[in-house]
Amino acid sequence: MATTTRTLDVPLSTPMPGPNGTVRRAPLTADASGMVSPIDLPPGTEPDMESERMLINIGPQHPATHGVLRLLLELDGETVIRCVPYIGYLHCGFEKLGEYRQYNQIIPWTDREVYLNSMGNNIAYALGAERLFGIEITPRCTVLRVIAMELSRIISHLVWLGATAVDIGALTPFFWTFQERETVYNLWESWVGARLTTSASRIGGMAADLPPGWVEGLKGFLRSLPKTLDETDRMLTRNGIWVGRTVGLGVMSASEATNYGLSGPMLRASGVAYDVRKDFPYLDYETYDFDIAVGTKGDVYDRYLVRMEEMRQSVRIIEQALARLPDGPINVDDPRVILPAKSKSTSEMESMIHHFKLVMEGPRPPIGECYVPTESPKGEKGYYMVSDGTSKPVRWRIRPPAFVNLSAISKMAEGHLLSDVIVINASIDIVMGEIDR
Amino acid sequence: MTVVLPGAALPRATPDPVTPRGIPHRGGDVNPSVDALRSRFGTVIDRHEVTWGETCVWIDAATIREVVLWLRDDPAQQYDYLVDVTAVEHRDLELPLEMVWHLRSLPFRRFLRIKATLDKDAVLEVPSIEPVYKAANWLEREVFDMFGINFAGHSDMRRILMWDAYSEGHPLRKDFPLRGRFSRSEQLTQALGANPEAPYAMEELSVAAAFHELPADMRARLLAEKGKG
Repeated sequence: MATTTRTLDVPLSTPMPGPNGTVRRAPLTADASGMVSPIDLPPGTEPDMESERMLINIGPQHPATHGVLRLLLELDGETVIRCVPYIGYLHCGFEKLGEYRQYNQIIPWTDREVYLNSMGNNIAYALGAERLFGIEITPRCTVLRVIAMELSRIISHLVWLGATAVDIGALTPFFWTFQERETVYNLWESWVGARLTTSASRIGGMAADLPPGWVEGLKGFLRSLPKTLDETDRMLTRNGIWVGRTVGLGVMSASEATNYGLSGPMLRASGVAYDVRKDFPYLDYETYDFDIAVGTKGDVYDRYLVRMEEMRQSVRIIEQALARLPDGPINVDDPRVILPAKSKSTSEMESMIHHFKLVMEGPRPPIGECYVPTESPKGEKGYYMVSDGTSKPVRWRIRPPAFVNLSAISKMAEGHLLSDVIVINASIDIVMGEIDR
Repeated sequence: MTVVLPGAALPRATPDPVTPRGIPHRGGDVNPSVDALRSRFGTVIDRHEVTWGETCVWIDAATIREVVLWLRDDPAQQYDYLVDVTAVEHRDLELPLEMVWHLRSLPFRRFLRIKATLDKDAVLEVPSIEPVYKAANWLEREVFDMFGINFAGHSDMRRILMWDAYSEGHPLRKDFPLRGRFSRSEQLTQALGANPEAPYAMEELSVAAAFHELPADMRARLLAEKGKG
C-alpha cells in the first residue's frame, strides 16, 4: 500500500523549541483511508517526541477532583505546561431561584452550596438578611451561632484533611477524621433534625434552641477532637511522604495571593494575616481570644498547617463560647420577621393573620443593599443582597470563596508534575456546589 | 517571606475593629476614599450613598480601570483586594443594568462598593479590570455568562458556568424565564439530538494528538479556524 508522509498540521498551543531552537514535529504517515499510524514511518526515521504534547483530561467524573471539576492538562512528558479548568457541571441557578423566593425560603439553598459547611452558610446568609432588615439578634443567638460556625469550620477542615490524605496515599487519617465528623453530625441532628442540610438559621434567630444534653455532647467532642488532631499530626506533619509530596508545591506569594483574590487558609498560608473574624468582625468575634494561623511559604504544606491550627483555634473559641452561653430567647422580638407562638396562632385571630401574612407574603426589608462577609472554612464568603422593598430579593449574590480560589489553579499547577496537580487541587479545598452554584 | 498584616497602614492608635451595631439604614460614616476619588477624578465620580454602613460610589463605567488602578496603587488608598464583580438587573425594566465592584483595602481595613449603570439599549461593554486584579478573571467571565456584559481587554472572555455552545441567552437577566426557554421534553429532545463533541472547545481540540480521529466536519472547522488565525 502506498503511504504518503505529512506533518500534523494543527498548531500546538505553545510550541516548545527543539534543541536547535526550531520547532520540530513528528512526521506522521497516513494511508489512503486517512488513518495515521507512527508504525508506518518510513524506514530509517524515528518519531520526534521532543515537542510532542499530550493532552490529559481529568474529570468531570473523577474521585480525585473532589466533585465535577474538569481539568484539561497539556503535558510535556509529565510536566504540566498548561492547566485549563472547566466548571459549571453542577450549575443549579441558585442565584436565579433566589429572585423568585422569599428571604427565609432561600436558606435551604445555602445548605446545598457547601454541604460541608451548611450551618455556616445558613448563618452567613441570615447575617446578611438581618443587615438588610436592620435587625440585631439576641445575645444567646449570637453565641449559639458562633458555636455553630466554628463547629462547621472544624468538620469542613476534617473532611478536607481526610480526603487530601487519601489523595496523597494515606488512608488511615480519613477514618479518624470522619469518625469525629460523625459526632458533629449527630449533634446537628439532635439540634435541628438534619445532618447535612441543616437549614438551621432564620432571619432574626435560629430554627430551634439547643435540646437538653446538647452542650454535654459538644463537650465530649471537644475532649476527643484534640486527641484525633494530635494523632493525625503525629502521622502526617513529619511524615516523609507527606512532606515530600506537599512542600514547595503550588506556591503563591503574598502579593500574588492577594491579587488573585484568594481568601481563607489559601491566603493565610501565603503570609497574609487576613481573617474576616478579626478584620471585619461579626457575631462579636472580637471578644473571643483566638489566634490567626499564618503560613510563610504559601505552599500546600503551609495550607495543611494553617488548617490544622485553625481547628485547634476553633476549639478554643467554642470553649469560650460555651463558658459565656447566656440564657434568654434565641429569636428577636420583631413581628416583621418572627412568627407568633404556635399556641397563639391557633387561638387568636390577630396572631393567625400575622402568621398567615408572614408565611404567604413573607417579610419585607426596606429598599437597600448590603454585603456581609463571613469567614467560611474555604475563605471569605459573603452574600450580597439587593432589596426593592418587596418580599423577594432583586439580586441574591453569593461571593464564592472556592470559585475565586480555584481560578488560581492554572497558575499554581503550571510547571509541576501531573500527580502534583491532584495535590494542589486538593489543597484548594473546593466544593463544586459552591463554585457552580 | 514576611507576614502581611491587615490594618498596617492605619495610625497606631486606631482601635481594633468591632462588630458593628445600630447601623443606620441610610447615612452614616462615609468611606474617606470617596473624597479622595472626587479630588482625583472630578466629574467621573457621579454620586455616592451610604446604605447599611457601606459606601457606594457611582462612576462612569468607561473609567473603571483607571479608577481601580489608582485605588490600588495610591499609597493613601491601597485597595489591594478585589472581593467581587457582579451585576444587578432590577425588576423595573426601565431601570438600567448596574455593574457592581466590591473592593477591599486590607492595609486600611476599608470596603468600597463601586457601581456603574449600563444602558440596556446600547452595547453592553465595560473595560475589564483583569489587568489590575487577577481575581477578576473568572468573576468577569461569570458576569458575561450570566448577564451578557462584555469586558473589553479580558484575556479569556468565554462562558464559564454554562457551556460554550449555549445559545439561549444569559440566565440572570430578568427576561430569561426561570424554567429556561424550552419545556422539559424539548430540552430532552435537544440533548439527545446534540452532537456530543460540541461541548469541547476549539482550542482544546486543536492541541489534541488524535486530530485525525475527529469527525471530518470538525476537522474542516478546525482547519478553517486555523486559516482565520
